[in-house]
Amino acid sequence: MIGVGKMKQYSNVLDKPLTKGKQEVSLSAFAFLFSELVQYNQTQVDNIGELERRLEDAGYAVGARVLELLCHREKGNRRETRLLGILSFVHSTVWKVLFGKVADSLEKGTEHEDEYMISEKELLVNKFISIPKDMGTFNCGAFVAGIVRGVLDSAGFPAVVTAHFVPMEGQQRPRTTILIKFAEEVLRREARLG
Amino acid sequence: MATTACFIIVSRNDIPIYEAEVGVAAKREDAAQLHQFILHAALDVVQDLAWTTSAMYLKSVDRFNELVVSVYVTAGHTRFMLLHDSRNDDGIKSFFQDVHELYIKTLLNPLYLPGSRITSSHFDTKVRALARKYF
Repeated sequence: MIGVGKMKQYSNVLDKPLTKGKQEVSLSAFAFLFSELVQYNQTQVDNIGELERRLEDAGYAVGARVLELLCHREKGNRRETRLLGILSFVHSTVWKVLFGKVADSLEKGTEHEDEYMISEKELLVNKFISIPKDMGTFNCGAFVAGIVRGVLDSAGFPAVVTAHFVPMEGQQRPRTTILIKFAEEVLRREARLG
Repeated sequence: MATTACFIIVSRNDIPIYEAEVGVAAKREDAAQLHQFILHAALDVVQDLAWTTSAMYLKSVDRFNELVVSVYVTAGHTRFMLLHDSRNDDGIKSFFQDVHELYIKTLLNPLYLPGSRITSSHFDTKVRALARKYF
């Protein structure tokens, strides 16, 4: 009979269950969508800084939602209250769900107390993008930096997050590093919590 | 059941994004304002308490006469606050967890700005149904 075996149709999204659903999304579909996002924003802005900021804002919206959803699904409703806790949450859980693998490395900055770096050999969003020479230091990883900033900001750890290319010897494509610089209040609270 | 209860969802920036008076008894006009006042006063206590534990359900954080304030903090620091006079801890915890799921589904809407008021009438209906179910 027609309709037998079809999934139940929900009239309102609030009735749909919050299950994991399909874990995989087509990479080419995502790459196409992301390239359209970048191109659309390119037509709207005058300079590179503005373009990076727009990509970051798009990522921020994703980050805020990813935090709530993953804490509910993966962590059984436990919040992160410590700095290292939230950083390892971003580094492993968020990366695993969004990109299918854990981030390559998480390092603490040597010059400043409040700087941390998450490095990735080849960021998924940059995989199919090449930056023309006249765009200088522009990095589409600003979208991922926005996601990280969204997660940290919503969890109560305000930070400035940027994406940088770090050239590596022996490799053609540079490594991408997400630099996280925490706000003063985060460090003060960490010190207070001991 | 004749319990008074006032349920508020407060965003990360201390702005209430959803309010509901549930329960049967409260009928005085100033009762609603008193409830909101008590809940806002409890926000300070919640702020401090939230950073000391990684659990989401904070049980009861404040009292006023016979009314008790119970709070549930989500990962994004959105607070669900309930002012009530019952002692049904488990029921309240389940209520908070179900509302949390509803909240996440609302949040996943890309057109919903996090921190803005929840205006969906469907959300309102479901929250009230949950409230009737649990107390």
